[in-house]
Amino acid sequence: MIPEIGSFALVLALLVALVQGSLPLIGAQRGIPAWIALARPASSMLFLLIAVAFGCLTASFINNDFSVVYVAQHSNSRLPLEYRISGVWGGHEGSLLLWVLMLSLWSLAVAAFSRSLPDDMVARVQGVLGLVAAGFILFILLTSSPFERLLPGAEDGRDLNPLLQDPGLIFHPPMLYMGYVGFSVAFAFAIAALLSGRLDAAWARWSRPWTTAAWIFLTLGIGLGSIWAYYELGWGGWWFWDPVENASFLPWLVGTALIHSLAVTEKRGSFKNWTVLLAIGAFSLSLLGTFLVRSGVLSSVHAFASDPKRGIFILVFLAVVVGSSLTLFAWRAPKVSLGGAFALMSRETLLLINNVLLLSAAGAVLLGTLYPLVIDALNLGKLSVGPPYFNAVFTPLMVPLLFLMAVGPVARWKHTSLAEIARPLRWAFGIAVAAGVSIPFFYGGWSGSVALGMGLAIWIVGASVLQILARTRSGLPPRAFWGMHLAHMGVAVTVVGIVMVTQYESERDVRMAPGDTVKTGGYQIRFLGVEGISGPNYNAARGNLELLKDGQLVMPLHPEKRKYLSSAMPMTEAFIDPGLTRDIYVSLGDPLEGGDGAWSVRVYYKPFVSWIWGGAVLMALGGLLAASDRRYRLKSTAARAGKLAAQGAAS
Amino acid sequence: MKRFLIPLGLFLVLVVFLAIGLNRDPHEVPSPLVGKPAPAFSVEKLAEPGKTFSPTDMQGQVWLLNVWASWCVSCRAEHPLLVAFSRQGGLPIVGLNYKEVRGDGGIDAKKLSPADEASLTRQRAGAWLSQHGDPYTLSVLDMDGRVGIDYGVYGVPETYLIDKKGVIRFKQIGPITPDALEKKILPLARQLATES
Amino acid sequence: MKALRRTLTTCATALLLGPLGLTALAGEATPMADNPVVEARLIAISEELRCLVCQNESLAGSRAELAEDLRREVRKLIQDGKSDTEIKDYLVARYGDFVLYRPPVKPTTWLLWFGPFALLAGAVAGLVAYLRRRASRVQPAHLSAADKASAEALLADTPPRPKDPA
Repeated sequence: MIPEIGSFALVLALLVALVQGSLPLIGAQRGIPAWIALARPASSMLFLLIAVAFGCLTASFINNDFSVVYVAQHSNSRLPLEYRISGVWGGHEGSLLLWVLMLSLWSLAVAAFSRSLPDDMVARVQGVLGLVAAGFILFILLTSSPFERLLPGAEDGRDLNPLLQDPGLIFHPPMLYMGYVGFSVAFAFAIAALLSGRLDAAWARWSRPWTTAAWIFLTLGIGLGSIWAYYELGWGGWWFWDPVENASFLPWLVGTALIHSLAVTEKRGSFKNWTVLLAIGAFSLSLLGTFLVRSGVLSSVHAFASDPKRGIFILVFLAVVVGSSLTLFAWRAPKVSLGGAFALMSRETLLLINNVLLLSAAGAVLLGTLYPLVIDALNLGKLSVGPPYFNAVFTPLMVPLLFLMAVGPVARWKHTSLAEIARPLRWAFGIAVAAGVSIPFFYGGWSGSVALGMGLAIWIVGASVLQILARTRSGLPPRAFWGMHLAHMGVAVTVVGIVMVTQYESERDVRMAPGDTVKTGGYQIRFLGVEGISGPNYNAARGNLELLKDGQLVMPLHPEKRKYLSSAMPMTEAFIDPGLTRDIYVSLGDPLEGGDGAWSVRVYYKPFVSWIWGGAVLMALGGLLAASDRRYRLKSTAARAGKLAAQGAAS
Repeated sequence: MKRFLIPLGLFLVLVVFLAIGLNRDPHEVPSPLVGKPAPAFSVEKLAEPGKTFSPTDMQGQVWLLNVWASWCVSCRAEHPLLVAFSRQGGLPIVGLNYKEVRGDGGIDAKKLSPADEASLTRQRAGAWLSQHGDPYTLSVLDMDGRVGIDYGVYGVPETYLIDKKGVIRFKQIGPITPDALEKKILPLARQLATES
Repeated sequence: MKALRRTLTTCATALLLGPLGLTALAGEATPMADNPVVEARLIAISEELRCLVCQNESLAGSRAELAEDLRREVRKLIQDGKSDTEIKDYLVARYGDFVLYRPPVKPTTWLLWFGPFALLAGAVAGLVAYLRRRASRVQPAHLSAADKASAEALLADTPPRPKDPA
């Protein structure tokens, strides 16, 4: 019964989404207040119905209802409760439902926090969100219903993929989807502005905090995914340039460009067309990512079981949504005014260069991701584009971006001079060069990439610190100022983590009999033996090792090798002793011949690896400060004026 | 204002490629060996221990080299077609039994002596052929997968069509379907048979 | 990478050696690889190669049977004194460019390798052209007193002072 309620709720949700996606839009275009007024209640209703559907699926998982195909495929009666709940989004159908739930949540949030916006603007934004939601709900109902029954029901479920039975599943997909889907709000604002022809600084101010909010979630989602891969895959890789990772990284890069271009549009009224195009682009790339993951056109670790029907549906949907948006753009953009004048040397120009670099980087990632497909489609053979390509192409594009990151905030709007930029930064530059050159000598040997990376990181942090010091002398700066510098310093922290771990990590693959020790980065690891243990749905060999420093026990280490009852593949559960300046990462290999109880053990020393994600957290915190800046909360006066003007125009 | 149409144009090009991509299998790796001489090897025959087979033995004939193993699920799906085809006697089929023992995963071949491995291979491969039918002119044993590497085998079954001069002319990845047999392999084989 | 140990021990001798091994061998752990230099090169090479079975893993990371066979092959080629290029050519001859995670630079990959930098160059050129044209088209704005005040507030990076001291 419960799955049928879920199914029914989803059908109703489709109808509500269609109402939300049509009447308010028409109402706003023709000036029909009653239709405009439908937008807010419709979004509440939509959220409610999808939440009911989602709740029904969750209930089926918790109740172990294996008469539901999706539950039978992704759960098992022995699966712990937390994974039965997160197992809801462990497969294609359920994760799509999560996608739609997030979308309706964003729509609800826009309805709740947009009291100060003109009603017709809200109606248009909600209308666009309603149309997107309708497309996805239709997709679920036609090709991917999670509520389909299995008759007769299965005795027990096939179990959730052991790789997914991890806290990472609980947090990573919801965060990532909040980010992905969140760009739909920026997209909806952009389309609403194009439809109404009111593409102005006020529009930028409205959509800016929403864009930043989505960006925060995406940043954290990508970071969590990276941590998950780091500890789960057993050898401590944290980024693979896998097509699906790239699919989440592309909207991030374009979203980052969008945040910066929105700053210009909000403050100076310039680059409006460009900003709108980026808002369309960020969400289009989210949709493209959905297509790439779910259609099977690229081979990826994350890819869901593919079904050509699904691929065709998403492709058509993608073509309709993005195609009509870009057509609207091409139609409206020529009429948009240019905004304020600025000199060649100005913050505006620097932000444009930031956009050029970020988009070139996004272009490189997109090209590398799709190139095998394009070559195959042209019958030119098959090739693979992997990490060596992305590292080779992406890094040179990041270097100027990181360099200019310190310069941008110093430059004034409209007009600035080289001297004006150089004077406050000269100390940061000197320190960065000196530290960059010398750090590799102190730390395990000269390396040009470390010198460059560390130099750039210190340059960014130094510039931020100097500006914060200068600025705080004349009173407390607004949150947005802190947010920007915190996010920039977060990037620097991530860069430190990346260059240090890439250059100085060490790996030892050894045979360890009980009593044996192995040295790594100033520590000793002693192997005591392996014992058998059993978990709720797996049996495991659990290693007993000790981490020692100068003969003193630092902590016991317990890497595991698990064998899940439902799957033949053994899973390596690495054990990590995390630290601020290094991680000790131990993973258990296989038992070895020789009869002395020896196992193969891999020990990794990973300096500064946690900084990679620490930086992401700082970026997100910076975003949070920026999005909560007072001017977004106290926009009431200006917005009210705008609202009055709009009503005046409508009447 | 044509430049505002550029994003739309680029997007449409992308959609075309994605649409073509939907009909392609990203996992299929075409062989660079097509058009090249079949790599030489010399391995023991399944039926006659001690006697070896080499592709040059087939010089002057158009033939199929079919890679198979008893643990391979798709081979079983393909097998009835091969048996029926061999009854028509169109083309000689040489079976390359690939990693019969090692590929199975259930048995640790490192613990077996080479002689034990060979006899276990013969026993398992022979039993499978007598159960499901033997379409092969002869079968040969690639116990350690070395021949497979030279032929670029990355999954079983795979089938190579080799011409009279010993050049690989076509490679079927995965099971031979009736469609592939009728539309690709047979027409090409007929044409190759007329070449001198 | 598992170094393949070819020594075969029967269960009986293993039992005999067991307790002895525990006391006698306790000490510094021995590397798994018979030859760490060869192994290091193997890892370096195979990290740039794609596994054909688990196609999202490198040859270094994959646990697939074929990956293990190919690593053994590569190890042998290293021991035979082959160069990295020769080893990669060996695999490309069998599996095609698909095995290379770093696509070779040739006409069909020019767009891939040079595209991003061409894009950047084009974008910078476009940017310069845009800024020039824009400078000639934008009228200097007529500022009212209020506009000027709010513009100055924006320039100072602070929000316009709210009327109510909230």
